[in-house]
Formats: sequence, C-alpha cells, structure tokens
Amino acid sequence: MFGRRRTAQTDEHGQTEADGLEPAVNAREQILADIRTALSGGSGPAGSAPAVSGPAPAPGTAAPSSPASGGPAFSSASRPVARRHTVDDLIALFAERVADYRATVTHSPTASLSDAVAAALPAGASVIVAADLTVAVPGALVDDGTSGAADLDRIDAVVTGARVAIAETGTLVLDHGPGQGRRAITLVPDRHICIVRADQIVADVPDALAQLAPSVRAGRPLTWISGPSATSDIELSRVEGVHGPRTLIVIIAT
Amino acid sequence: MSATFVGMPPFPAAAREKLADAQLRRNLAHATSTIRARRAALVAEVEASVDGGWEALRVAGAEAKDTALRSLDRQLLRLEETLTANGATVHWARDAAQANAIVAALVRAHGADEVIKVKSMVTQEIGLNEALAAEGIAAWETDLAELIVQLGDDLPSHILVPAIHRNRAEIREIFLRAMGEVGRGAPADLTDAPAVLAAAAREHLREKFLRARVGVSGANFAVAETGTLVVVESEGNGRMCLTLPEVLISVVGIEKVVATWDDLDPLLRLLPRSSTGERMNPYTSMWSGVTPGDGPREVHVVLLDNGRTRALADEVGRQALRCIRCSACLNVCPVYERTGGHAYGSVYPGPIGAILNPLLRGVGHSDQIDALPYASTLCGACFEACPVRIDIPRILVDQRAKIVDAHRGGLPTPEAVAMRTAATGLGSARRLAGGERFTRLGLWFARRVGAPAWTSARDLPPAPAESFRRWWKRTDGGRR
Ligand code: SF4
Repeated sequence: MFGRRRTAQTDEHGQTEADGLEPAVNAREQILADIRTALSGGSGPAGSAPAVSGPAPAPGTAAPSSPASGGPAFSSASRPVARRHTVDDLIALFAERVADYRATVTHSPTASLSDAVAAALPAGASVIVAADLTVAVPGALVDDGTSGAADLDRIDAVVTGARVAIAETGTLVLDHGPGQGRRAITLVPDRHICIVRADQIVADVPDALAQLAPSVRAGRPLTWISGPSATSDIELSRVEGVHGPRTLIVIIAT
Repeated sequence: MSATFVGMPPFPAAAREKLADAQLRRNLAHATSTIRARRAALVAEVEASVDGGWEALRVAGAEAKDTALRSLDRQLLRLEETLTANGATVHWARDAAQANAIVAALVRAHGADEVIKVKSMVTQEIGLNEALAAEGIAAWETDLAELIVQLGDDLPSHILVPAIHRNRAEIREIFLRAMGEVGRGAPADLTDAPAVLAAAAREHLREKFLRARVGVSGANFAVAETGTLVVVESEGNGRMCLTLPEVLISVVGIEKVVATWDDLDPLLRLLPRSSTGERMNPYTSMWSGVTPGDGPREVHVVLLDNGRTRALADEVGRQALRCIRCSACLNVCPVYERTGGHAYGSVYPGPIGAILNPLLRGVGHSDQIDALPYASTLCGACFEACPVRIDIPRILVDQRAKIVDAHRGGLPTPEAVAMRTAATGLGSARRLAGGERFTRLGLWFARRVGAPAWTSARDLPPAPAESFRRWWKRTDGGRR
C-alpha cells in the first residue's frame, strides 16, 4: 500500500473517501474485523489477549524472565495513591515545586489580590483578562472573544484563575471556565499571572483527575501548566521560554 | 549488535558507520546519562511518597493499557461515538496511504497550502510530510528539535530529543543557513548559546503560528469514555498548533485509546518521569471535540491501523502496543547509547524500535527489518526501565525465532543452526566472548565454503576486525 498515490474527496458530512479503492467506511469495518480476529486467535483464553503485566521481577533478576501471564487484576480503586498530606504541607509543597520550574511564586490574602497582581505586572504593560475574572485589574482589556492571534501577540500579559493545582508536580490546570478565558489568551501573551486559591491545591494527579472529571464530561478543554514553556532540545540545556509564555507568576491566595 | 549474529547486514553496517562518529557518541552518552540520572532521582521520590512505589505505578500503567487493548474494538467504537457527540469528525485509515490521503483531502478542502505540526511519531511513521509535499502542501514542524532536523534536511535520531545527534555549533550553522529560505531568517549575530538559539526559533515560528489555518497533531492518549485527546509537550508549540488554527487534524494510532478518564492517572504520572525526567512536563493539552468560541472550529481524528492489528495478533508481541513512547528504553540501552537512532533505519529506534518495526510490518520480507531484533545484547535494562513493563527482551527473542522460521524452507538452515548456537552462547558472558570469536571464524568459513541458500537471501557482512566485546574493552564502552 505504501507509495500508492490516491486522491480523496470530502463529502458534505466531512467524511473522506479514498477515491475508488477502499472507501473509509470499509476501512472502519476492516480494522474492527482485524482487531476481532487478532483478539480471538491463538491458544490463550478469548478476550484475555494482551500479555497481562505479571509480578515484579525479583531484584537483581534480569528481564528475560518473562512476566507470567494472568497477573493480578487491578481496578482503578486499587491504584497507587500518594501518602496523605496536611493542608499546610500541600501549600508549601506546591509553592516549592512550582518554584522548581523557575516560575515565580507569591502569596497574597484574598482581599489584596488586586495589589498582588499589580505588583506582578511591569509598568505600562498591556493586559488581557477573561470577562468573569473576579479580581480587579485596572486598565486591562476584557476579552470579548474577538481578538485574533495577531492581536493577542501585541498584548504583554494575561491574568487568570485556575481550576485545580497539583502540589506533587507543581502543576496548574485550567479548564477555561470562569475567570480563565479561552485557551488563546493564556498562550500568546508572553507573561501569565495565574491566581490559585489555597483550597484548589490537591496532593497529586489522581486527586486532580477526580476534580477535573466534571469539566471534561462537560466538554471543556484542559490546559496543564507546569512552569513556563521550556525546551531541552539543545544539548539538554534547559531553556525557559520557547513558544508559550516565558514568564509564569503564580499567586497563591490564602 | 555484536558480531555474534551473522547475516544481519543493515543494522551492523549502519551501526559500524555511526560508531566511527565520535562526536555523535559523545552527544549521545551525555544526553542519555543526563536523562537517566534525572529519571532515577524521580523514581526514588515516588518510592518514598506513593504507596506501592514505582512498581505499583508501572503495574497500574500496564493494566490501563491492557484493559483497552483487550477490548480494542469496543473502545474504538466508544471513542468514535463520544468524539462525534463532541462535534469531532472521525476517519479510519488502514494504512499510511489512506491516512495521508485523508489529511491531504481535508487540507485541500479548506484551500490551505500549509499546515503547522506538533511533533508526532505517527505522522513520521506514515510519511505525512512527504505525502503532503507531493500534493503541494508545506508541513512545518514546530518542535525545536524537529525544526532542527527539518532545516538540517536530516532524520530524527531519538524519540524524545530528535536532534540529540547535533551539538550547539551545528545547530547555529543550520539556523543561519536554512531559516531564511523558509521564513524569517536567523539574526546575523546569532550565537550558539542555547537560549539565543531557542529565541531565534521562537521568532521564526511565531509568524507561522499566527497565520496557520490548519494544524496537524498526533495524540499521546485518547479517552474512549469522554472523547478526549491528550497531547503532552514542553515548548508550547503543541498548544499553538492545537489552539490557534481553524481546523485541527489529529492522526491517532488505534493503540492510543484508553477506556476511562481515570486510566490517565498512572500514565500521566509515569510518562514525564520516564521520558524527560520531570515530575510533569511543562504543558499538557486535552480537548474533547469542538469547544464553541475556544480553539479550532473543526476537529478531525484519523484512527490509524498501519500494522497495529498485525502486532495485536502476535501473542507475545502484542504487549508492545502498550508503549507510551517515553524513550526510557533508549536511554538505558548500551547498544543505542553507542550507535544512536539512525542505525535502526526507522522512526522508532532503540529497543522499542527493534520490536515494534517487525511487529508492525512483519518479518521475512526485508533484511532491514529482520536485522532489528538482533540489535540487542538482551541485557534486560529496557524492561527494567519501561514504565508499562513491556518485556522487550522476550519479544526480541521471539521475533528472532520468527525470522528464522520465515527463512527456513522446512529444513534447519545454517542460519538456524547459528542462531541456536548464538542462543546457547548468550547463556553466559564467558561463552559469549568465545562465541564472538567463533563467529568471525564462522563467517570466514561461510564465505569460503559457501552457504548458498542463505547468502542468496542475505548479504554476508564482512566480519568485523574487532569483536564488540573487544572493542568495548579497548574503548571502555566507547568512552575512550
Ligand atoms: S517500550 Fe517502554 S520504555 Fe520504551 S518507549 Fe515504549 S513505554 Fe517507553
């Protein structure tokens, strides 16, 4: 099949058909049929096809000792979880881990968030915020969804809230709901100031996924942010700031 | 790798050439040892902070993938249903040609002559950039390493750090020479400081991000339950490609599906620690079809087979479909560390490439593919490192047996005999050392006396003047 040139057309439903040869609808049926054949074939019990992860090899044993098939079944309930933290632990751990990524972390009482935001903005910076951000940012452009990428590229900073924060990994997660705006406004401007309430900080990834499930079921996109944009592509030297915001400032509201 | 395995020309020949490249070997040794050290520190951290430690996470990760693979047909149908309900359009492609045709047709239907791309192994696997170029559509790679590779007219050599074989001076040269030809040129005073090079890439690519109308991506995971695609990245180029264009086309291998939202848990904890040695990568994007007023207005997902059902039918090898492309197995592989990725002749290099290529494409019809399962010392380090517990050594041995079978016309061939001898030789290090010397003798013998049926199918490689082990000892594993 490789190298055979074909043209394809898109019909009004957006379904693509490879011209003449196998139409896409057949590709679907054939793939599903091939999967069923693959899973039912062989001597193993039907449906238990893929080699199931077996018990851990004893320390020092080399790998060729193959994992035995039919290992223990794991449900999501038995997933490994982080050991318990206290609330104070979580805030401190989150702050430490965010700083690890060379983001800036500050703390502010909820009542004076406006001042904390102002302190994080360079003098004269142009700023955009989502329409429903509850913190006042004087002079900020309130996003009405009409600014294109090129317009956003001329804006210096963005101020948003977050949906949840993960202490273990120093991660902010935006579900682009209230106070967070559409995805483009936290992407194109070069400075992102993100306000996290202390009670939004959870211990680890599984807790975050549980909190985020309703957002995902509602069809919201999610952006997980762990420090400013970075690359290690040149001789593995970490360089902050390639395409996303090069400066990330996290304000923890207590 | 070692000369123990006779009649496997492509990898040994390519590897020999790469071994001569001292610069490449230094870059690789530095890169792989750096990532290994970071990963080890984080694994220790998980041991201390998570019940059951790293091993419990690995088992949970393997189980999440196995759960989906065991009911792959149902999961894909569910994914199609949820994606469609979320406003996405789902396409199915059995092979590279079908997938490329679908993408090209979609790009043309929107009157675009360029796309921006976020690094994706699957689009490399199907040769999408070349297929689009043949249709007059330019595909711009936006990952820094991929940009270096594309501008250098080069091939990627590592899953995660594709330009690992280039040092900063070479990257500066490439930027100065090639950036201006395809867009905004590099500043004339460009230095070779990584931050300066990264800034040049930011400027160069930003004009492409701002004007692009079609984005192309792969996906690290696809959640059947919620119709959600996940892309894990570092630089923000992924967010650009997934957010700014009007149309987003994602090519997704059918093995990327996981059943439920909760299944992401072990995988999102395992992947960044195993790949870049970070607790979490800088950016992860998740999207469920179209969100009105936010991001692309049209979202397409191309579900691709291209050999995956073939791999699924292999009872030993199917576990390779659990692979989350973290590249941990590359970084611990003594063969990879010294030869680099190019010697594997595939977009999937290293231990995973040595099993995935024959599993996806079958054995017995290409010397290049048939050589790959021999590119290993069976030391087992890859299995130990693999976050989803793929037993790579076991699959390597199984594939070797299948290759021998494919070439045997009913009778044991000299090759099969050699293989059996080799298998015995691998039983102990001392016997291995002897076996290598024996192989030189055997090759000399085969060439003089002839092994006609075998040599007509294979190019007989010249026996290396120095065995792998002797070379290793002399050079301290390539460090001298
Ligand atoms: S085989 Fe395992 S270690 Fe190698 S890339 Fe895949 S998931 Fe990572």
